[in-house]
Amino acid sequence: MKHTLQQVFHSSKFVTGFCIFAAILLTVIIYPIFVPNPPLEIIAQGSFFPPGTYVSTYDTVFSSKAYTLNLPDAAAKRIAAKLGDKERQDIKDYLVLVGVPEAEIDTTNTIQLLSQWDKNYDPSKKISGMIFSKVRYYERLNKSLTGLLSEEGLILAAPNIDTGALEQIGTINLADYVNIKEVASVRTLPLGTDNFGRDVLTELVRATSVSLKIGLIAGLIATFIGLTLGLLGGYIGGTVDDVIMFITNLFTVIPSFVLLILISYSVGQEHRGPVMVATVIGFTSWVWTTRAVRSQVISLRNRDHVNLSKLSGHSLFHIITHDILPYIASYVVMALILQISSAILAEASLSVLGLGPKTSIDPTLGLMMNWAMIYQAQILGKWWAYFPVLIVIALITFSMNLMNTGLDQVFNPALRD
Amino acid sequence: MKGYRRYFLNKLLWLLVTALFAFILNFTLPRLMPGDPVAAIVARLAQGMSNSTGMKAVYEQYAEQFGTNKPMITQFFLYVSNVFQGKFGASFSQFPRPVVDILKSSIWWTVSLQFPAIIVGWIIGNVLGVLAAYIRKGFDKVVMPVSLFISNLPAFGMAVILLVIFAVDLKWFPTSGGYGFDLIPEFSWRFIWSVIVHYQLPFWSIVLIAIGGQAIGMRSMSIYELNADYVKYARFLGIKDRKIVGYVFRNAMLPQITGLALAIGTMVGGALVAEIIFSYPGLGTTLLTAIQGQDYPLISAVTLIITVMVLLANFAIEIIYGLIDPRIKAAQTD
Repeated sequence: MKHTLQQVFHSSKFVTGFCIFAAILLTVIIYPIFVPNPPLEIIAQGSFFPPGTYVSTYDTVFSSKAYTLNLPDAAAKRIAAKLGDKERQDIKDYLVLVGVPEAEIDTTNTIQLLSQWDKNYDPSKKISGMIFSKVRYYERLNKSLTGLLSEEGLILAAPNIDTGALEQIGTINLADYVNIKEVASVRTLPLGTDNFGRDVLTELVRATSVSLKIGLIAGLIATFIGLTLGLLGGYIGGTVDDVIMFITNLFTVIPSFVLLILISYSVGQEHRGPVMVATVIGFTSWVWTTRAVRSQVISLRNRDHVNLSKLSGHSLFHIITHDILPYIASYVVMALILQISSAILAEASLSVLGLGPKTSIDPTLGLMMNWAMIYQAQILGKWWAYFPVLIVIALITFSMNLMNTGLDQVFNPALRD
Repeated sequence: MKGYRRYFLNKLLWLLVTALFAFILNFTLPRLMPGDPVAAIVARLAQGMSNSTGMKAVYEQYAEQFGTNKPMITQFFLYVSNVFQGKFGASFSQFPRPVVDILKSSIWWTVSLQFPAIIVGWIIGNVLGVLAAYIRKGFDKVVMPVSLFISNLPAFGMAVILLVIFAVDLKWFPTSGGYGFDLIPEFSWRFIWSVIVHYQLPFWSIVLIAIGGQAIGMRSMSIYELNADYVKYARFLGIKDRKIVGYVFRNAMLPQITGLALAIGTMVGGALVAEIIFSYPGLGTTLLTAIQGQDYPLISAVTLIITVMVLLANFAIEIIYGLIDPRIKAAQTD
């Protein structure tokens, strides 16, 4: 046993796969300790907030201490944030449309461009051929540009409770800064929010753990059924084997995907939790294990040590557990790894079809994918809603297949490099 | 030819048995569903109806129409005879459009998308696999990890990635549909061109996934073959490497054909989900709308059609395999 483990951990493929898998597993275990928020808590109003750190504007204004920093590039940055290359080009297009000669417009000269804009922009003016959305776009642009070049700060005012009139309560200067650590409410969303306004990273970690559980349950069920049928068919032979092989062949050609759809649909929405989906997947994917185990057992059945065991009068159970199982243990482990990874994929495919686990407590990788697809994240360019999910799915199955290939090379010398 | 005929009849019998079994599964599984489907429909129709005799009449009418008031075995024969006459009933979600009509308009999209894609992916994958096994070194170091990683992406994952890169960012191809939304199906160059353009992304996403899986299988198969005695003997005889690779390819190919027969069900399943990502007007998208609309007759018909398609593809591969494999030829001469 020790020697085998040593050999296994010498295979670079197995070790790479094992490391990736262990890293995923550790993240799934450790992350919730540091971020105990419920994974499906809706924190954002609106959908698909981009990744980043969110600082409360209100708390920023009232943070205990204001610092004055004189940074030379602050003004340039402020302008760049409002006035990118695209906006400059749009302004130029507008100015050309209203009759400013193109040669006079210099998109790199901000002051001149803005003064030209101020002089020529008129929201009430009708420009023929301009679609309505473009008109509204220029209105918004104009609003955002107001006061961009001003040198003075802003005045904060609040209504007086008695009179209702606005009274100045403070000013914000251009060079005022706050330290983010002193702001009361700051939330970092490394992967933004999803369509329902939930933190994608927290959701993803939870989804990974649920999907791994689904994979494990489905894999164990499939391997157990496959192992039992394969051992019985291979060792006993005769009619039992014929019946088992008939059923196995039947389920080999009937696509398991179709069975999955039919069973999941028949089970009904209310009963379809993660465990149920895992069980259904397990009960539809045992075929390959049965075939592999059976052919192994047939080649072992007539070995001398098995015959000796039979002559010694050992029971069927004893022969199978002591004389046959140890020889096929490596195959069974490899089959289990493959079953787990394919079960995770099966859950994802089912969920994309809308037949995944129906639950408001646990997300799964497939459900996250389904939500992102329904809300068209891929078309809207909201990569953080679906791309991390795909990466995690691919990493899990990739690491498992690497481990499997590594094991294969250890136990099948012909495949070794 | 006598031996081959026996092989053929054997496979044909197997096709019929599996088809029968598929019918039984398709018939029984949804009927195990808790609750009475007719009662559910009637409840939806009779909302606000207070007259209990009226509701009973509605219920009986629908029970008669769907045949749920007859014994199970009669229902089954009714179902099989209906299927053979192409009567799948009316769709719930697109009422009163008959299910056959919906299937007719979507099945050809799926057939002409998936089978070419799977076959092209299979061929390219096998060639790459042999090359990886033969050249080893640099090529193998690149092809193996890449194909391993690709084959581990779900088919819909590849579809999403291709969609985002080539349709959303680069705008080379359209994002969805089987043809331009401003066109009606007709035989004109504009329509055909539109179909070809819309075909590319779904096609290549299925091909790429198939390549990955096949290349890995073929590589290990070829490594086994390259270590076989006949290869060493051929090397001693001084036969050119190119010719030896040809032999190895042919021998490693046979198990790969059986592999294709066994894997085609899984591949079709994955490709159906890939269709959904592109809203391709095939069976996958039809299945999605059926599930979303709780459209039971449509789901049952689509799954049945998919099963029959896979069974037929399987049968075709087995028949071709029988013609190619020398061992079956040898059995014929006995």
